[in-house]
Amino acid sequence: MSIRQTFENLLDGAAVTLQVTALAVAWGTVLAVLVGLAGLSRSIVLRAVVRVYVEVFRGVSAVILLFWVYFALPAFGFFLSPLQAGVLALGINLAAYGSEIVRGAVQAVPRGQTEAATAINLSAPRRTWSIVLPQATVAMLPPYGNLVIEVMKASALVSLISLHDLTYEAQNLRRLPGSDSLEVFTAVLILYFAISLGITGIVRLLERRFGRGLDIGRAAAVK
Amino acid sequence: MSPVVGSPVLAQGRGTWDWEFAWEILPDLLRGMWVTVQIAVLGMGIALVLGLVLAIARRSRVHVIRWPVGFVIEFIRSTPLLVQLYFLFIVLPQSFDIVLPAFTLAVAGLGVHYACYTSESYRAGIESVERGQWEAATALSLSKADTWRTVVLPQAVPRVIPALGNYVVASLKDAPIASAITVGTVLGVADYIQSRTFRSMEVYTLAGVLFLAVSIPAAIGVRYLERRLGNPT
Repeated sequence: MSIRQTFENLLDGAAVTLQVTALAVAWGTVLAVLVGLAGLSRSIVLRAVVRVYVEVFRGVSAVILLFWVYFALPAFGFFLSPLQAGVLALGINLAAYGSEIVRGAVQAVPRGQTEAATAINLSAPRRTWSIVLPQATVAMLPPYGNLVIEVMKASALVSLISLHDLTYEAQNLRRLPGSDSLEVFTAVLILYFAISLGITGIVRLLERRFGRGLDIGRAAAVK
Repeated sequence: MSPVVGSPVLAQGRGTWDWEFAWEILPDLLRGMWVTVQIAVLGMGIALVLGLVLAIARRSRVHVIRWPVGFVIEFIRSTPLLVQLYFLFIVLPQSFDIVLPAFTLAVAGLGVHYACYTSESYRAGIESVERGQWEAATALSLSKADTWRTVVLPQAVPRVIPALGNYVVASLKDAPIASAITVGTVLGVADYIQSRTFRSMEVYTLAGVLFLAVSIPAAIGVRYLERRLGNPT
């Protein structure tokens, strides 16, 4: 197999890795914000449900959750494709940690902001969406960026349920006659490293974007 | 093999929970869980020691030590443990003629991976030791080694124990990945039973429950420790 072909296979794998990561982060973030805000609710029932969710899914191992979703859920009557199973499991896992980041960041927004929003007669959803969350986002971004990198790394696990991601392609390539496993795995590790550098860069950009005009978070410090 | 395309479970369709079967496979899964705990504990043992060494090396005044160590830490932290384990399991024997038992490789892989995390915690702890402490040590003309051993580390290490505790739980959660390199962790045992019986519901559910039965108490224990010691970082 030519070097070019090898490289193309690896890039295809990297595309799948990015796809799984992006989808898991997207749906996991929606879940994280909902769970995080629910954790600040006045309802004791809602807070208890959130507590249980966070404890269970922070406790469970991502790889065991993934296998359970892919292999055991069908026996309960839910059939998922490898991609759906991967995105579902990684997203649930992200949300268990992400919700705590959201909760902490929202609590860190000064009370005066909510009070001022109430004073100018904004509705509760409007207060949360337009006043509190944009400010909390700045504080959330650095830890959230680390979390996204953890999810990207965990996405390698989907190769175990036969999704053709970067790790899967690596295993495929190194089994070919004449291939050198040292080269294949070194190339793959470098690709993963490049992806995580990319994620770090995007998070930096977002920090600057969301930090504009605010005096909290790291963005303020570097201004 | 039946000609049905797809997983055996798909062919079998919705199942019903079989308590007798669950009871039967419990001892094997428990043994797998014990292996999982062993990997995590031994791996963390390596991570706690190696992490401290890396943290000190990363503060070295010599560039030739500081830069490569910093790069390796970042590199290992940014790449998946699964691929690192494959690297140890496949590349070491093929390219370097080093053949080690899979269990050893799993412990080493997990240990090195988490050493890169713990080293960052140690570093934060070391940086939290006030300048005056270093200056006082110099004033007392303590040697470099004595400064680290008697002044800096006794103050730095207790401050990072809560952060290190979180990595104990995290490494426990990563330990089942070792089944990908043939180690009989709880997940490896589950896969094996599933492949022979085609019953996935009880196997993976029990594996998950057993895992939670260890990881949740561990997480609560760590948080208790955190409260007892206070969290300065």
